[in-house]
Amino acid sequence: MTGGLPLASREPRRDCPTLVGFAVPVLEDPLVRWLLPWEPSPVIILLCAAGVALYARGSNHPRVPAAARSGWRAVSFYLGLALIYAALQTRFDYLAQHMFWIHRLQHLVLHHIGPVLVCLAAPWQSIAAGVPVQWQAGARRIVGSRPVRLAYDTLQQPLVAFVLFNGLIYFWLWPSIHFRAMLSLREYECMNWSMAADGLLFWWLMLDPRSREQGARMAFGIRIVVVLLAMGPQLAIGAYLSLHRGTLYDVYAVCGRLWPIVPATDQEIGGLITWIPASMMSVVVGLVLWQRWIRNDDRVRAPLGRAAAASGPIERPLS
Amino acid sequence: MKLLNSPRLGRRLALFMIALGANCLIACTQPAANHFHARDITGLLPDLQFQLTSGSGRAMAASELRGKTTLLYFGYTHCPDACPMTLTYIDDALKRLGAEASAVRVLFVSVDPRRDTPQVLQRYASSFGPQVVGLTGTDDQLTAVTKRYRVAYRRETPDANGDYAVYHSSAVFVFDRDGRARLLAAPSGPDDGLADDLRALIGRHPQ
Repeated sequence: MTGGLPLASREPRRDCPTLVGFAVPVLEDPLVRWLLPWEPSPVIILLCAAGVALYARGSNHPRVPAAARSGWRAVSFYLGLALIYAALQTRFDYLAQHMFWIHRLQHLVLHHIGPVLVCLAAPWQSIAAGVPVQWQAGARRIVGSRPVRLAYDTLQQPLVAFVLFNGLIYFWLWPSIHFRAMLSLREYECMNWSMAADGLLFWWLMLDPRSREQGARMAFGIRIVVVLLAMGPQLAIGAYLSLHRGTLYDVYAVCGRLWPIVPATDQEIGGLITWIPASMMSVVVGLVLWQRWIRNDDRVRAPLGRAAAASGPIERPLS
Repeated sequence: MKLLNSPRLGRRLALFMIALGANCLIACTQPAANHFHARDITGLLPDLQFQLTSGSGRAMAASELRGKTTLLYFGYTHCPDACPMTLTYIDDALKRLGAEASAVRVLFVSVDPRRDTPQVLQRYASSFGPQVVGLTGTDDQLTAVTKRYRVAYRRETPDANGDYAVYHSSAVFVFDRDGRARLLAAPSGPDDGLADDLRALIGRHPQ
């Protein structure tokens, strides 16, 4: 019963190949098993593949300004997208389903780190240029259509975006809703997709490289305030989770944790992940915005300075 | 410097969304009309379905369980505490059901097929009552069924004596006679209400 255990365990697996009989030896490789999706989602795979393909195609387009093509931007875009993909479509997702703190880590990637990296790259010009010519008119019609515009304008109202950003964190962490989401595959997917989509919307509203005058929805100064305010509710819920005595999410105990961890510790680490790194993202983005604000002001002032020297003092309102 | 493109619209939308969110919360946290002692999970998990081998060594399909109220529990026979306790509590509940217990089946799925051969499993399962069926399968079959019901299991590396612990879920899923997932029970003793819940499910006619 003891000596031959490892061998005995190997045998039945080879006898009963599952999905793809011919690829069993490859699929048996631990690394491959790790990289394969736990719960394959064609929509996510297609969206990520389309993002990479369009960006790669469009970033060499002459219409895209050189600044939008710089190396760090490409790295930031691919890294952000890869992180979102990995959080959703690798074995990591299995861990996230069965350990609360890994679930929080998954949401940190989906709602913060991944989208911030993608939005820092401001990839939209490249992606738009990457759309094949014969589809461009159609794509423009869809993006410019009234319902799409209306939905986007609504979601990007600063107050709506702020409430949605923090509200979603609270919504999915509400114990009875969290319980449902961890049992129902449909609600689980809905949770993760909504976090990633909202992350992209919110951080794009914050990280739009344009100034208010150039067409961004919010001025840099206001954005810094919003980003720092967004820390508050996250801090509160993170602190509550990590300091709360008593189990809030018993679904992890019921459905089995992956390795022995005291439920209180699991919850504490999960709370800390919701609390500290999530708030740090606000600080980092705030600093990026500050730097962009200063650089933008310099750009605005430089020609103005020359004009002022020529025609006397002009008081320009700070914007 | 304008904060909102149109401040009134934004504020109204935000209020609307807050109201909507609050509504959802209230709807989700309110207990269902017919309240069971165990958690009602109707609609959350897929219908009963599996490909496993029973303790008697033959393949068993979920279709054989149509018409029976079925309990599904994952464990292993070397389990020192959780499995025997849970199965004992289930056995107690079935005894309390009396004759109605014949409409119930308990599936004890071993996630430790290396040690739980059909014979071992058969002997173990039947010691907890005639309604208990021991099932197991290959690792792939077990992965499929645990994934379907969103539970985890993991076997530790064997020690020098070949002993190892297996981490498994504590959930008891209850399916109605049509094979629909209805309840998530955590049997905990004579007062856990499992017998009442089962009686309610047995008596319920398919809609």
